[in-house]
This record gives sequence, C-alpha cells and structure tokens, in this order.
Amino acid sequence: MWRDALLIARRDLTIELRSKVGTWQILPFGLMALFLFAFALGPQTELLRTAAPGLFWLAVLFSSILAAQRSLNIEGSASTREANRLLGLDPAGVFLGKAVAMALELLVLEVVLLVGVMLLFHVTIASWLFVVPALVLPALGLSAAGVLYGSLAGGASTRSTLLPILVLPVEAPVLIAASKSLSRGLGSVTPDAGRWLVVLAIFAVVYSVLGVALYGPLEES
Amino acid sequence: MGSVIRLRSAVALQGRFPVLSGVDLDLDQGRVMVVLGANGAGKTSLLRFLAGLVPIASGRAEVLGADLATSASDVRRRVGLLGHDAGLHDELTPLENLAFALRASRLDPGRALPALDRVGLSGRSVATTVGQLSAGQRRRVGIALLVARRPQLWLLDEPHASLDEVTRSLVAEVVEEAASGGAAVVASSHEPDLAVPMADVVATMGGGAVLSVVPGGRVGGGHVA
Amino acid sequence: MMRTTLRKSIGPLAAVLVAVTAWLGLVVTPPDRDQGDYVRLVYLHPALAWVALYVAFGMSAVCSLLYLWKRTRSLRFDRLASSAVEVGVVYTLLTLLTGSIWGRPTWGVWWTWDARLTSTAVLAVLFLGYLALRRVPAEAHIRARRSAVFALLAAINVPIIHFSVIWWQTLHQGATVLNPNLSPMIHGLMAWTLLLSFVAFTLLFAWMVMVRYEIETRRADEDEVGMAAAIADRQAEGIHS
Repeated sequence: MWRDALLIARRDLTIELRSKVGTWQILPFGLMALFLFAFALGPQTELLRTAAPGLFWLAVLFSSILAAQRSLNIEGSASTREANRLLGLDPAGVFLGKAVAMALELLVLEVVLLVGVMLLFHVTIASWLFVVPALVLPALGLSAAGVLYGSLAGGASTRSTLLPILVLPVEAPVLIAASKSLSRGLGSVTPDAGRWLVVLAIFAVVYSVLGVALYGPLEES
Repeated sequence: MGSVIRLRSAVALQGRFPVLSGVDLDLDQGRVMVVLGANGAGKTSLLRFLAGLVPIASGRAEVLGADLATSASDVRRRVGLLGHDAGLHDELTPLENLAFALRASRLDPGRALPALDRVGLSGRSVATTVGQLSAGQRRRVGIALLVARRPQLWLLDEPHASLDEVTRSLVAEVVEEAASGGAAVVASSHEPDLAVPMADVVATMGGGAVLSVVPGGRVGGGHVA
Repeated sequence: MMRTTLRKSIGPLAAVLVAVTAWLGLVVTPPDRDQGDYVRLVYLHPALAWVALYVAFGMSAVCSLLYLWKRTRSLRFDRLASSAVEVGVVYTLLTLLTGSIWGRPTWGVWWTWDARLTSTAVLAVLFLGYLALRRVPAEAHIRARRSAVFALLAAINVPIIHFSVIWWQTLHQGATVLNPNLSPMIHGLMAWTLLLSFVAFTLLFAWMVMVRYEIETRRADEDEVGMAAAIADRQAEGIHS
C-alpha cells in the first residue's frame, strides 16, 4: 500500500508541477477570493482583521474543492482510468497517494494565502504553536475528504457541480475548528482553542481511515 | 493444458444492456485469435470482458486459469489491453508513462526504454509529453507498454485502425513475437485482409455472441496444442 | 400476504393517530401561560425532529450498511434507504419550518443560530446531497454503492458536525442569551399528547416510506422483466446482420 501511495503521489505531483494548474488557476482563485471578501465587507481594517481567520479558511475551503476536482481529473479519461485498473495498484495506496499529493498542494496554497491575509488584513502571527497545526491538520483532512467524496461524485462533468454540495456540509466543522485555531494563532483570545485542534486531528484521522477503506470499493465498478 | 480462455455461454451486462449474450470461446497459449464482426457486434465488449473489466452476469468464464466471477482482479493484472485510445497520461512522457505502469505492476522500469526502442520511438519523442504526440505515435506507446509488460494474454482492439503502413507491420511483428513467446493474443479488427494472416483462428461475432470460428492464415509459430 | 395487510392497516392507523393528536393538540389541551397557542407546536416540532433526525437518518444509515455488507447485499436495502431519505427530507424541512415559526414570537427573529436548529439544517443539506447523488445516471448497483457510502459517511459526520456547532455556539457566549428555552411546562394530558404525537408521526413516516418503497420496487421489477427479452433481442441482431 505505501509503495503504491508513493508511486501515485509522485505521479500526481509530477503532473501538477508540469501542468501547473494549481499555480495558475487555483492559487489566483484563492487570492482573488480574499480581495472579494474585502470588497464585500468594506475597507475598514478593523472588521477585516477580526474576520481574517474565517475569511482565510473560506478562501482555502473553496479552493480545496477546485483542488479535489483537479486531483480526480488527473486520473485521466475513461480509457486511461481503465488502463490503470489493469496495473494492479492497491486502491488504498492510490487514495493515500492522491490525498498526500493534494495535501502538499493545499499546504503551499495555505502558506501563500496566509501571507496574503497578513498583508491585506493586517494580522500577524502570535503563536506558531497554534498556526502550524492549524495549517497542517486541515490540509490533511480536506484532502482526504476531497479525494474520497470526489470519487463518489461520478465522472468529471457531474463532479464539477455535484462535489461542492456533497463535501461542504461535512467540511463545515473543519471551517469552524480551523478558524478558531488560526484565530488563536493570530493572537485573538479564543477559549478552548486546543479543543478545536483536536477536532481537526480527529477529522483528518477519520477521513484518512475512511478513504483507505472505501476508495477501493467505490472505484470498483 | 495451456488453456488461456474458456468461455461457456458467458453473458455480460453493461447496465441493462447485454453486451455479450452468451459467448462460447476457447483459446490456448501461443495462439492468435482475430475477432471480426460488424459495429455493435460486441468485439470491444468481449475484449474488455476478457480483461476482467466487465462483470459476468451468467455463464462461465475462465481466463488464465482464474474464474472471472470471483477473481477478476487477479485476471486484470495479468492481461494487457490496448484500446482505440492508448489510455495514457497526456501530461507525462512515454518514458514516464511506461515507467509508472511498470513500477505499478511490480516490474523493472528498466524495460521501458528497450520497449520504446522496439516500437521505433526514441530520442525526442521519448521525452515529449504524450499529449503532444500524434495518434499513431500514441498507439505505438501503447504497444510499447504491452511489449514491456509481457502479459500472458494480449487484447488488442482494432490495432490496425488509422495506422500507416509501417506501424501496421510493426503490429504484425509484435503480435507474432508475443505469440511465439507463449502469450495468447486476441485482436479485433474491421480489416480481415490485414488481420486474418496473423491469426491462428478467426472468430466472427454478431449480436453479442460468437457465431463461427474458422482457421486463420498464420503459418508456423510454436504453439502449444 | 402479511406485508400487504400490514401496509393496508398502517395507513389508516397513522391517519387516525395523527387526527387524534391534532384534536388533542389543537382543541383539548390548554394554551401555555407564556407562549399562548404557540405552545401547540410542541405536539408537532419535537415529533418531526425525532423522525427526521433519528428514525429517517438512522434507517438510511442501517439500510446502507446492510447493502454494503456482502452477506446482506440487496437492492431492496438501497431502495429502502433512499425512500427513508426522501421522506426524511420532508420531515427535516418541516422540522426547520416549525422550529422557525415556534421561535419567532419568543426570539423575535425567524432564525437564531441555535445549535440544534443549525445541525438540523446541515442534516437537511446532507439529505439533499444524497438525493442529488442518486440523480446522477449510473447502473443500479453503482448508484446504490455510492449512495450507501455517502449515507454512512453522513452518519459518521453528524456527531462531528453536531458537537462542532454546539461548541461554536456555546463557547463564545453564554448559552442562555441566544437560546431561550422553548420547552414549556408539560404535565398531565399534555404529556400524553406529546407521546401520542411521537407515535403518530413515526407511523406516518413508516407508511410514507412503505408507499415510496413500493413504487420504487415496482419500477425496478419492470426493468428486470425485460432482461431475458433483451438478451434474446441481442442475439437476434447477430442472426440478421
């Protein structure tokens, strides 16, 4: 399983690095979202600073939907997917590989957007102890959930409109927990921030396990 | 002994449509079978079925000694299928595609370059992404993949279609090499003149079933009876 | 035989019980000191919520599990699960509606971010997602598998969503200001009516699911009958070509 995961992760990352869809399409979308939030909520810095953690995670959440679509599109056309079925890859490994590749891309996206938020909404990092897990854990959870629900959502054309409605309700807790944790990391007084980190960790673990168990049966058609 | 395919009244469904409506078929190691038939007769479905990609609805089917009803995944990794579309990742080069497939099948990635060489792809085309290659070159990469993987059963869907003269004879050579090496080959075709000479047996399909099986024009070949 | 007798009797029984509940709830029981006649929603809202959140959802999760487990795999469970969700959506939306109406005079607004109401809204979206997924054209067993997996994932997620929403609600501000307790004092006849409402609406749900399931089963059977004919037609193609 781990071997196949590594193989798939390398393949997905190679394809991504070569096509740069993440760099040229998803990242600009995330940054644009931040600007749109500023336009929507008015230029008063105080409001934006308070809302920054939530807005950051909204931007990441929506971008992650695009990233999940992208991850599943990498699998290729129907004939490519069918050809790959003949290779005897462990589906659990394929899931892990795709999730890890997507998580790495999300992490890069998060770092860039965080810098953007710091510049645009005037926030600073108060506690790395909270900021780092607040970035890493959601990246893992959103990736695992994104790849799993993405494989549920059918072919590319149905998936493009169906995936958001399937995955956003279950990712709502991540939005809440990540916003609270990041808020703490950026210096706001947030009661029980530790509890939110636990929620993030639970989500990441639960979806990784579910993905490993269910991705195979789902792809077996 | 040496039976690679044994189908008895095999019925396969695609959704509600019976793509195969009761197929009887036999093929041994080292033998080449060409499947003829009109469009919609079920040739492509038969190939995909033999690859373990289409579930069996009724009847019996044994491929490479495994029962398709229970061990389809075992069958899949031991066959090679070449469809109209070579089924490659457009963003990777031929070399990367082959290396990926070989590693996934737990085979030596070092087989990739010699295989690409065998099908006449070398130098620049090896390092260009598949998406930028011509259809003929893409088909060659698909063939190279089979040459590298050396499966025991080759399944070729209209391998001659839209290929030039040179590539067509490449297909014939590669098929002959595979069969001489002990693999079984099933190829569907719309062009009997090209296909029959390379076949030991010629099956004709219609309405999702095999209607007739006659000898082909292949000469010699060390096949196991 | 048994099943048809059961179905034939559940409908009328449910109708009777709902009617009795309505009579008791609207006519016989007294209005509340604080809430006035709005208190009568207590005979509707909690029962609807119970059916939506526990019965419908639980049933869809259990049936999905049964479908996915090889030994009990049958498209019947898939049909049962989807029937439960379809009827469940209606109950969930009614729960939200009655909750909103009930809260309006007390809260002054049509919606507060009450933890339970919010979780119910998210559940409604999950249900709708399930139905949206079922509308994607696919072969029966593939669709069944996807739907079953989604339903189970939803079941696993609901606790996570629920607790997240509760903590989101309560940790930030005191619980009392935002969630005035809607539960009135219940005693005597009111308590019996409340219990009756639970039974009545559960039976109504069961009847609606049965009817829905019947419709689905008939539709599936019609398709099955064509199979032998389809195979024969297919073979005939070959003879004529």
